[in-house]
Amino acid sequence: MIANILFYIVSAILLTSAVMVVSSRNPVHSVLFLILAFINAAVLFLMAGAEFLAMVLVIVYVGAVAVLFMFVVMMLDVDFVALREGVQRYAPIGAAVGLVLFAELAFVAVSWTISPGANLLRLSPTPTDVTNTVALGSLLYTKYIFLFQMAGAILLVSMIGAIVLTLRDRNRGKRQNVDLQHARMPADTMRMVNAKLGEGAKMPAPTEEVL
Amino acid sequence: MMAFFNTDLGIVILTLLKSLALIVPLLIGVAYLTYAERKVMGAIQLRKGPNVVGPFGLAQPFADALKMMFKETIIPAGSDRVLFIMAPMITFGLAVIAWAVIPVNDGWAIANINVGILYLLAISSLGVYGIIIAGWASNSKYAFLGALRSAAQMVSYEVSMGFVIVTVLICVGSLNLNDIVMAQQHIWFAIPLFPMFVIFFISGLAETNRAPFDLAEGDTEIVAGFFVEYSAMSFALFFLGEYANMILISATTTVLFLGGWLSPLPFAPFTWVPGVFWFLIKLFACLFVFIWVRATLPRYRYDQLMTLGWKVFLPISLGYLVLVAGVLEVFGWLPNV
Repeated sequence: MIANILFYIVSAILLTSAVMVVSSRNPVHSVLFLILAFINAAVLFLMAGAEFLAMVLVIVYVGAVAVLFMFVVMMLDVDFVALREGVQRYAPIGAAVGLVLFAELAFVAVSWTISPGANLLRLSPTPTDVTNTVALGSLLYTKYIFLFQMAGAILLVSMIGAIVLTLRDRNRGKRQNVDLQHARMPADTMRMVNAKLGEGAKMPAPTEEVL
Repeated sequence: MMAFFNTDLGIVILTLLKSLALIVPLLIGVAYLTYAERKVMGAIQLRKGPNVVGPFGLAQPFADALKMMFKETIIPAGSDRVLFIMAPMITFGLAVIAWAVIPVNDGWAIANINVGILYLLAISSLGVYGIIIAGWASNSKYAFLGALRSAAQMVSYEVSMGFVIVTVLICVGSLNLNDIVMAQQHIWFAIPLFPMFVIFFISGLAETNRAPFDLAEGDTEIVAGFFVEYSAMSFALFFLGEYANMILISATTTVLFLGGWLSPLPFAPFTWVPGVFWFLIKLFACLFVFIWVRATLPRYRYDQLMTLGWKVFLPISLGYLVLVAGVLEVFGWLPNV
């Protein structure tokens, strides 16, 4: 009973916030609604008994991906007037993309068949006596290890690609060389002088020493 | 009576009572942590600390709370009102709900869930939103700078924190916090995993925005950072959230590395003492170090903070993770799951 009520409440919030992501005027509000949608999706996972997926969804999407989204969106200087002009110009393209996606979804819904291999999976159902973290791990690291490793390699390559694309020559500005600073001795920089009265100490000409 | 607690309504009421039994001591603990911090820092800096209100100044936290309550809540004209008010609530709420899974004694947790440690990680990764929303909603340059700093900082340190947790997990073979403590019956993880213990604690300092990593506040550069526009109760909620987070990180450190409620020596006079007592002793020790660090170390520079997180902690924790996994595999000590 309580689970049913909770399911409908959470689903309603999820759908509403998903609509609000698209319809809210302020991009920061959009990101926040997206986060709300993620969290509610995690709750749905939790109610389906997939606690590991629920937590990973929150950690990865809400805790890392959405933070970076938020970062970018907050730094953007959004010009609402220009944005509205753009809407009229790009409306046909947007409609076309939407139509294609909708057609594809409809196609999937109409010609939905269950793969014959799917029945074989029922022969090895998820074991019920272990937590689903263990079940997931023992499947992912044995049967699907190559796919798993491949996904990791692709992510690594894309990460390196992003770094290569954004890495510029950073010689501008001051950089700190910690080793050089640690190696600095008092004798390198200090000079003890007995200053005579009325004359003061003579300074040597400043040398170019950049640390 | 016990049959009632097995019905739907009974379970809800029981959980509410349990939560109350946890939140009330937690809030009192937060109040007295502020007092303890001022007293300890006073002692370190050869001052007296609060000593006027009540005996030894013990009523000082309540005087502060009353003062905060009766002040005017100011909402800046250009701010995003809803988010501005929501941000401190998020910060404080997250600091409290994370406590649902912390076991203070064998099985004494409101929710003894399978993925306890992931829940803690998830909640602490949400913590950045309170700060980032506050900084943005204030519509102020200082607040915004503070929010950006803190977002980058928390995301960076979460990475090495995650690796530390994974290292503990491969020694335990379970994500359940109860199991993690019980796995430390023979030896606390702080001893074999000492470098990870240190990294976890320092990352905890960064995660809670405490000195020497309190760049999000950075009073000398950006006034008070993300909460510069806040006043009265909304400020108080941020303040309480920070201290509740400190207690939370200390509790997590206790559970992961210091053997939770287990007694330090597994024989007679020590095992007579109830587990809650040991848990609290370890918690207080961690909190003392938090305060000690704040009174001792100067604030880090921002690039130093990032260098420490990405170029020092990340390689060390990654390397140690591989080392631990290798040692466990070679000696056949991997836990059975």
